[in-house]
Amino acid sequence: MNVIDWQQAVYDVIKSSGISLVGYVPDAGHATLINCARDDKEIHDVVMTTEEEGIPLCAGAWLGGMRSILLMQSSGVGNCVNMLSLQRTARFPMVIIVTMRGEYAEFNPWQIPMGSTTQAVLELCNFKVERVDDETSAAETVQAAIDFAYNSNVGVAVLLSQKMLGRKKWVE
Amino acid sequence: MGGVMLDRRHVVRELLQDREDAVVVTGLGSPTYDVAAVSPSERNYYLWGAMGGAAMMGFGLALAKPDLHVIVVTGDGEALMGMGALATIGAVKPANLAILVLDNEHYGETGMQQSHLGLGVDLCAVALACGLTQACRVTTEAELQSAARNFHQTGAPKFVQVKVDPEAPPRVMPTRDAVENKITFRRALGIS
Repeated sequence: MNVIDWQQAVYDVIKSSGISLVGYVPDAGHATLINCARDDKEIHDVVMTTEEEGIPLCAGAWLGGMRSILLMQSSGVGNCVNMLSLQRTARFPMVIIVTMRGEYAEFNPWQIPMGSTTQAVLELCNFKVERVDDETSAAETVQAAIDFAYNSNVGVAVLLSQKMLGRKKWVE
Repeated sequence: MGGVMLDRRHVVRELLQDREDAVVVTGLGSPTYDVAAVSPSERNYYLWGAMGGAAMMGFGLALAKPDLHVIVVTGDGEALMGMGALATIGAVKPANLAILVLDNEHYGETGMQQSHLGLGVDLCAVALACGLTQACRVTTEAELQSAARNFHQTGAPKFVQVKVDPEAPPRVMPTRDAVENKITFRRALGIS
């Protein structure tokens, strides 16, 4: 399964689960999902200046009965910390798909501090965390996260491992 | 500036009295008390935290409910913390969103320290530059009445920054139970 295939499978799950809003900060690992959302007239795609905007975006959408999902890189999780209190205090359903950096063949040491603490930070903020290391389980895991969040009013994050995403090409 | 500064409760009353079925999200601190005092409704969502998130919460709601008018009432400090939201919202220009910033040029909740808006920063210009082309600044009663006439017209996002008296009226405190508020609010919109 190549990158396009499993990301397309994840997008199909997002669509079939009734998600109508995709908030994101641009990210290479999420490029296919972002392009799918942008090309889809049934989806509101919202590009944000910082990941923390996504937490109240999703909360507001849910107040209006709309399901949403957030796409971000591990570095962006740190930007969300105080805003995640909104999810916890009000028990808003929330799903975040996180592309991991700083953990496998990382070229840029600046990615390591946040990448190495992403899962712990999310768990400290009361999010349930599922990690995907195998591309064949990506779509199923995202489906489970959406079901969990919207059936049980919890926050769920799916971490896509850097090893699965593949090495970033720094020099052509 | 001269003249008498506008009273914040009066401003909120003037801008919300014709709200009809509009929904309101309040930014933490005094705006939450102001809306609770003059326009209580099951269609209000009161933030007591998540500083910097009020405009984005209103934006998400506006996308979910395009037929409803969504009003964000917040303060200058809260708006400054989420200033990037103006760019995010300006890129989409939701027709049914209005943002009211009650600008007392201070952080009222923490002891009235001066905010950037009292130090030369022009938030209305930021909103304009972000594409909120109807953004306006209000300092007088006449300007307030003019803003009130347009405030509930949908078609383009509204941004109204109102200079208000830093004097804090008595606190009127709505529920701090965010789950209860969520359930009540959604029920009022007919969402189960």
